[in-house]
Amino acid sequence: MFKHLKFRDPNLTKRVIGKIREAAPKRDTVKICHVCGTHEWTITHFGLRSLLPQNVEVIAGPGCPVCVTPASEIDEAVQLALKGVVVTCFGDVLRVPGSEKSLLDAKAEGADVRVVYSALDAVKMAKKEPDKEFAFFAIGFETTAPSTALEVLKKPPKNLSFLVSHRLIPPAMELLLGIGDLHIDGFIAPGHVSTIIGLKAYEIFPKAYRMPTVVAGFEPLDVLFAIYMVLKQVKDNAARLENEYVRAVSWEGNVKAQELMHKAFKIVDGEWRGLGKLPSSAFKLREEYSEYDARERFGVKISHGRDLLPGCQCHLVMIGKIKPTECPLFMKACTPQKPMGACMVSMEGTCSIWAKAINT
Amino acid sequence: MMCLAIPAKVVSVQGNVARVDFGGGIIREVDISLVEVKPDDYVLVHAGYAIQVLSREEAEETLRLWSELLETEEKLERNNI
Repeated sequence: MFKHLKFRDPNLTKRVIGKIREAAPKRDTVKICHVCGTHEWTITHFGLRSLLPQNVEVIAGPGCPVCVTPASEIDEAVQLALKGVVVTCFGDVLRVPGSEKSLLDAKAEGADVRVVYSALDAVKMAKKEPDKEFAFFAIGFETTAPSTALEVLKKPPKNLSFLVSHRLIPPAMELLLGIGDLHIDGFIAPGHVSTIIGLKAYEIFPKAYRMPTVVAGFEPLDVLFAIYMVLKQVKDNAARLENEYVRAVSWEGNVKAQELMHKAFKIVDGEWRGLGKLPSSAFKLREEYSEYDARERFGVKISHGRDLLPGCQCHLVMIGKIKPTECPLFMKACTPQKPMGACMVSMEGTCSIWAKAINT
Repeated sequence: MMCLAIPAKVVSVQGNVARVDFGGGIIREVDISLVEVKPDDYVLVHAGYAIQVLSREEAEETLRLWSELLETEEKLERNNI
């Protein structure tokens, strides 16, 4: 859809690149950070970095929901599965390492772990097999959280519970700004998270941090225009909140989805893989729905996990501190076929995206 | 992929479920509890749920603005030279 609308028009692309070159500063480096796996995919797949002036750097922040899930929460899912609960999860989650085991390891040991496409699939499965206990491992940012909230509020079958591991994007962006030597000059905010939370959720970045922030879509031209919009702000020494993705993102966002999330969840501090605990960065089921909380129903709680195997630099890749190619394990001990770190496991992980681009 | 959302056209609506067309003959049922839609609307579909209605007018407007912006700036530059 919209294809005939020329979102990949070569002539337009050439012209935008020309504008980017003009807007880029002559000497200083500009570092633009995006926080979305799909943005990284667009940038890498279409080779957009190679079109930019050398002093314009685009780095990938913690925008892969699977990658940021701490080992302790994978451990909880593994523990549930080994206790005989049927664990349902998105496909990307299966191979993500926990402290000792992944969900795939648990499955190999005989646990019933099933891949689902949506929360609704988990509900349907639980209804179909009322004699078994099911848990849905609810991972993802604000794009995914509303569907979990919806299913919780719809009174799920009694034999279904939820292992809620949702994370929020704005606190992760704040974390990046707190890292002293990262020196970000502007943000490209994630388009699909923004369809839910709206432009207003990023107001704090230009206001409190004087950080140019542009919400962008996922076509190559969307991303190039967003880079241009950030560069213009940097050039003008301005810090504004701008919306490149107006066809999908409004100021308020999806209010209905926000209400559902607010009704089902409260905001709590959340652990991020390799990054520690970020204040007000995770969702937890509210007390009135605690009967659907898998952690409470089955008494699983793991507070400490081993997030990184020796040598793994996923935590530095996730904050854009290093490129995947700067990790000593990249494409040596850690490959898409045999990943060691979460960034290589998930299709949205920066290492996996780079590995595939190298191999194609 | 969990950040990925795909645009689709609504074919028909029944209660909280819509049949949507992703193009190329791919038609699927998606949950539309999070949005208000009618047939012929475009939606963004994420993991089985429509999460937002896409504005065709805004899509066209984006392209128009892009071209306009480039043209205005290119004209300004020409005048400066």
